[in-house]
Amino acid sequence: MAEVTMKVNGKTVTKSVKGNTLMVEFLREELRLTGTHVGCDTSQCGACTIHVNGKQVKACTMFAGEADGAEVSTIEGQAAPDGTLNAIQQAFQDHHGLQCGFCTPGMVMAAASLLKDNPKPTEAEVRHHLEGNICRCTGYHNIVKAIMAASGQDVSGIAAE
Amino acid sequence: MPKDNGIGASPKRREDVRFLTGAGQYTDDINVHGQTYVHFLRSDVAHGTINKIDTAAASEMPGVVRIFTGADFEGVGGLPCGWQVTDKDGNPMKEPAHPVLAQGKVRHVGDPIAAIVAESLEEARNAAEAIELDIDELPAAVDMKAALQAGAPLVHDDLGDNLCYDWQFGTDTETVDKAFAEAAHVTTLELRNNRLVANPMEPRVAVGDYARANDESTLYTTSQNPHVIRLLMGAFVLGIPEHKLRVVAPDVGGGFGTKIFHYAEEAFVTFASRQLNRPVKWTSTRSEAFMSDAHGRDHVTTIQLALDADNNFTALRTDTHANMGAYLSTFASCTPTWLHGTLMAGNYKTPAVQVNVKAVFTNTVPVDAYRGAGRPEATFSLERLVDKAARELGVDPVALRRQNFITQFPYATPVAVEYDTGDYNATMDTLEKMVDRAGFEERRKEAAARGKLRGLGVNCYIEACGIAPSNLVGQLGARAGLYDAATVRVNATGSISVMVGAHSHGQGHETVFPQVVAEMLGIDESMVDIVHGDTSKIPFGMGTYGSRSLAVCGSAMVRATEKIINKAKKIAAHLLEASEGDIELKDGQFSVAGTDKSVAWGDVTLAAYVPHNYPLEDIEPGLEETAFYDPANFTYPSGAYACELEVDPETGKIEIIQFAAADDFGNVVNPMIVEGQVHGGLAQGIGQAMLENCAYDENGQLLSASYMDYAMPRASDVPFYKVDHSNVTPCTHNPLGVKGCGEAGAIGSPPALVNAVLDALNGGGYDVAHIDMPMSPSRVWQAMQG
Amino acid sequence: MYSFDFERPTTVADAVAALSKEEAQALGGGQTLIPTLKQRLASPSVLVSLSAIEEIKGVCNDGGVLNIGGGTCHADVAAAAASDFPALAKLAGNIGDPAVRSRGTIGGSLANNDPSACYPSAALGTGATIVTNTREIAADDYFQGMFTTALEEGEIITAVKMPIPEKAAYIKFEQPASRFSLVGVFVTKGADGVRVAVTGASEDGVFRWTEAEVALNGNFDASALDGLSVSGDGMISDLHGSGDYRAHLVAVLTKRAVTEANG
Repeated sequence: MAEVTMKVNGKTVTKSVKGNTLMVEFLREELRLTGTHVGCDTSQCGACTIHVNGKQVKACTMFAGEADGAEVSTIEGQAAPDGTLNAIQQAFQDHHGLQCGFCTPGMVMAAASLLKDNPKPTEAEVRHHLEGNICRCTGYHNIVKAIMAASGQDVSGIAAE
Repeated sequence: MPKDNGIGASPKRREDVRFLTGAGQYTDDINVHGQTYVHFLRSDVAHGTINKIDTAAASEMPGVVRIFTGADFEGVGGLPCGWQVTDKDGNPMKEPAHPVLAQGKVRHVGDPIAAIVAESLEEARNAAEAIELDIDELPAAVDMKAALQAGAPLVHDDLGDNLCYDWQFGTDTETVDKAFAEAAHVTTLELRNNRLVANPMEPRVAVGDYARANDESTLYTTSQNPHVIRLLMGAFVLGIPEHKLRVVAPDVGGGFGTKIFHYAEEAFVTFASRQLNRPVKWTSTRSEAFMSDAHGRDHVTTIQLALDADNNFTALRTDTHANMGAYLSTFASCTPTWLHGTLMAGNYKTPAVQVNVKAVFTNTVPVDAYRGAGRPEATFSLERLVDKAARELGVDPVALRRQNFITQFPYATPVAVEYDTGDYNATMDTLEKMVDRAGFEERRKEAAARGKLRGLGVNCYIEACGIAPSNLVGQLGARAGLYDAATVRVNATGSISVMVGAHSHGQGHETVFPQVVAEMLGIDESMVDIVHGDTSKIPFGMGTYGSRSLAVCGSAMVRATEKIINKAKKIAAHLLEASEGDIELKDGQFSVAGTDKSVAWGDVTLAAYVPHNYPLEDIEPGLEETAFYDPANFTYPSGAYACELEVDPETGKIEIIQFAAADDFGNVVNPMIVEGQVHGGLAQGIGQAMLENCAYDENGQLLSASYMDYAMPRASDVPFYKVDHSNVTPCTHNPLGVKGCGEAGAIGSPPALVNAVLDALNGGGYDVAHIDMPMSPSRVWQAMQG
Repeated sequence: MYSFDFERPTTVADAVAALSKEEAQALGGGQTLIPTLKQRLASPSVLVSLSAIEEIKGVCNDGGVLNIGGGTCHADVAAAAASDFPALAKLAGNIGDPAVRSRGTIGGSLANNDPSACYPSAALGTGATIVTNTREIAADDYFQGMFTTALEEGEIITAVKMPIPEKAAYIKFEQPASRFSLVGVFVTKGADGVRVAVTGASEDGVFRWTEAEVALNGNFDASALDGLSVSGDGMISDLHGSGDYRAHLVAVLTKRAVTEANG
């Protein structure tokens, strides 16, 4: 067991963890932040996408020990304290960018990472950025549309508004 | 003018807020105090005899609570099949035992051999490695046709062969043979409908929690139909009476059919929690899902079309081998028969249609319904065949289809079903405009100048949804009714909870169902909430699959709401001192026709619960009604789909340029949700046609056992889709006139894509008659090599 | 996963010391190793994370040689190489997905030498030098077959020195499921001539297509490759493509890479 300390969604936490504790296990089991999901075991689905020191990572493919001293944000930290959705979350709701909701936290976190570096992405850039986030429900149409809308672009011309 | 609320509006989904903030409550998010963890030791061979399972050393490992094997389940029921198919000679299908844990033999890679319950998952896995297994590997039956040959390895020794049933349906052989003999042209096609894995993004999870003090079991599980699980597991497997068994399916992360079925792991955690008096939790890994979730499709078909000299279809016959896998999953037997054979007429007035299906046991994971279930297989075979016929005859594939469309409704097909409504020319008209079909040849030329082969593929589809009339399916072998139920509970202040048998795992019921109730009552949607997914809270309903939620459960909800309105009018009549027949309900106000006298919805509901001024001698207090709705017929959504793409002739790689779907879903309650359903279905159909392939080697080893080899559609694989549902022929037999939209996209899209690839290749001078799905670059390239 | 201790040294020296323990294993970005550990296909006693060693991170251009710290993640390579070595930036920017590129490192990729990984083709295609805590290894000597390299037990890749070629391009043809290279070809034209490095295709891992190099040294144009082909023998054959298909792609992608390199 080793002690790890990190700031998760603005709050400093210290826990004693086993060496093989994955970041996603740390979040879900130690902190009970269950919005970060596990959808595969080969690091491909992206349902566990979080940010560590501002970078998009898969919490299932990182050990808690590697985040010692880091700033971590998860889906639970995205809305305002009063519950107001952030621009990306709101765009997902406005444009029906989610169905079962399981991949959604990862999609929102991936989108946030994209828009931080590329505030006005093209459709192709959005699709390329989502290479590591699999959705089985939406066919991606409304996810891509929501992300483009969240970036302030006019999406009214996209089919099936 | 789009509406803001009620039927036809697209309000934002109310379930989204919890999903967008990480506050969803999926089964793996549930932890019960004192829970243990189970790990299943699964077979790594496809077929073998279990000589010995020695758990002695493993049982002594740290943290192990108990290790269970097949021996612990002797005397416990097996997993049941819910549909008895009768073969062409009138004999019942063969129905092998399906034990919770393997007994005597293992029959597919992933077959559970032992279940290790421990204080932690890591300790359970450690102990699994200490179990001494002695298994004699046997030759495996993998290829369906080989499995039917004499001397093939027997999946179930006691059955004598690997044939589950040989089913024949439709027009008699003599009539069909005569039509083929007299045909001016016969088109024949052999094809495979590739095996798929449903892959909802949430893997399956089950938590069994037994309360000894009151002898009650609770199962939390990732299910599309908690009451079906309670019935099957309680009555057939574990012998627990319904009132002592609660099944909860909370937020479920997608289903697509694969979460309909009752699985061994659910029975195990419920059984073990009773044995151990401890909660037991199982969470599937994705790797485990590939070898334990029921797979889909996997048909090998020979299909033939007879045409007369004027290109009228005169007869159709198909011969299909359908893979059952090693055991019969819950609805495995029904999918290739009643959900496939009955759709073989498609959109065409072919007078003679005969379907033969041989269901085959193999040493592979059980196969069952996956989005569309039988109807994608029927559509693919037929729409590929018609396209091939058009190419052979040198006629326009759309014109050939139009010439043979059914245009008079109702229409009784030679394969038992009666289509109530439809307008296939209308959806085809819409489609041709959506994709600018008229301008395609110019685009083909432009692409050729860039060195690309451009193709446009078109097809139509018909499906049978709104499953299903109970008396009919009972005659066909169903062991359950297929009605659904809703309870409308009006509270004293007028707010409403609607308890429904349907289960939402992405479909948005929590948003859509209130639109209907609110519109009927003229009240605000925010006054209505939906309760689903917990057998202790909802009436006995059959759940969500087969595009049935709105058509069947929604109809039950309408009926229950009508009962509410009838009773509320009686109360209002009393309050208004008027005759019941004069009471009108509009915008949440009950008024006396022709007067300005009225009472509000809230006044009536309050009176029902505070019955001081109330006709107690005539009606009961309270305002709560339940309705069960059993559909009179299936519903028949239909439509036309098109895919335009380019093939890179040097690599065989496909790029989709546009994909369009023109559907007739009958009336639409929430266009936003309907379009989302179509988008998702299209991606799954494109996945089947272009990417996904669940493959076994000749020894029964699963080759595509993770996302490293099973190609899931990604955002970059698909375009923005064009969808249309403006052609409406309402369903004639349910109160909302709705047909269902959940499966259409997955049913209608694969042939469009494959037809487009073949159009591209043939248009570019490559004489290729067919390519089996998926259209991977290597397969397309290989086909071009001749 | 099996149990193991986790260490996170901050210097190469401490990492080397930690790796000297029995059954110790180094963890780069973990994008391949962690899934392997989940499947219990590896059972280290100690996992030594290299992610806190700042001295092996970063990219600089030392007089025409891109010196990339072994612990530099793909995203950082993509950003740093964008102006000086765009072909490498493109390669790094298309490995896996954004999350993989945040964690995965060039040193980890080269140490693993997955036959379908992208980086080995860049190292071999540029004639890079692999720098470890003990020595420097030429790329031509470094790759020794699928998942096999010249690295000794406990040796850490601290840097990769890539001569920036005059012209270069990388073309990746993705395997549809994993999105690794079904075939990837890295072509360079530099001071020492043309190099053509192929990943994804061969059962022996990354290799140089010398016949193409000879032809391109004569005329660095796609047309110089007309009629040249590699044999399907010894090529990987699986669900996603036969050996012959991969061999065919090698020729197609090499031509495309040359055309792209010529701008």
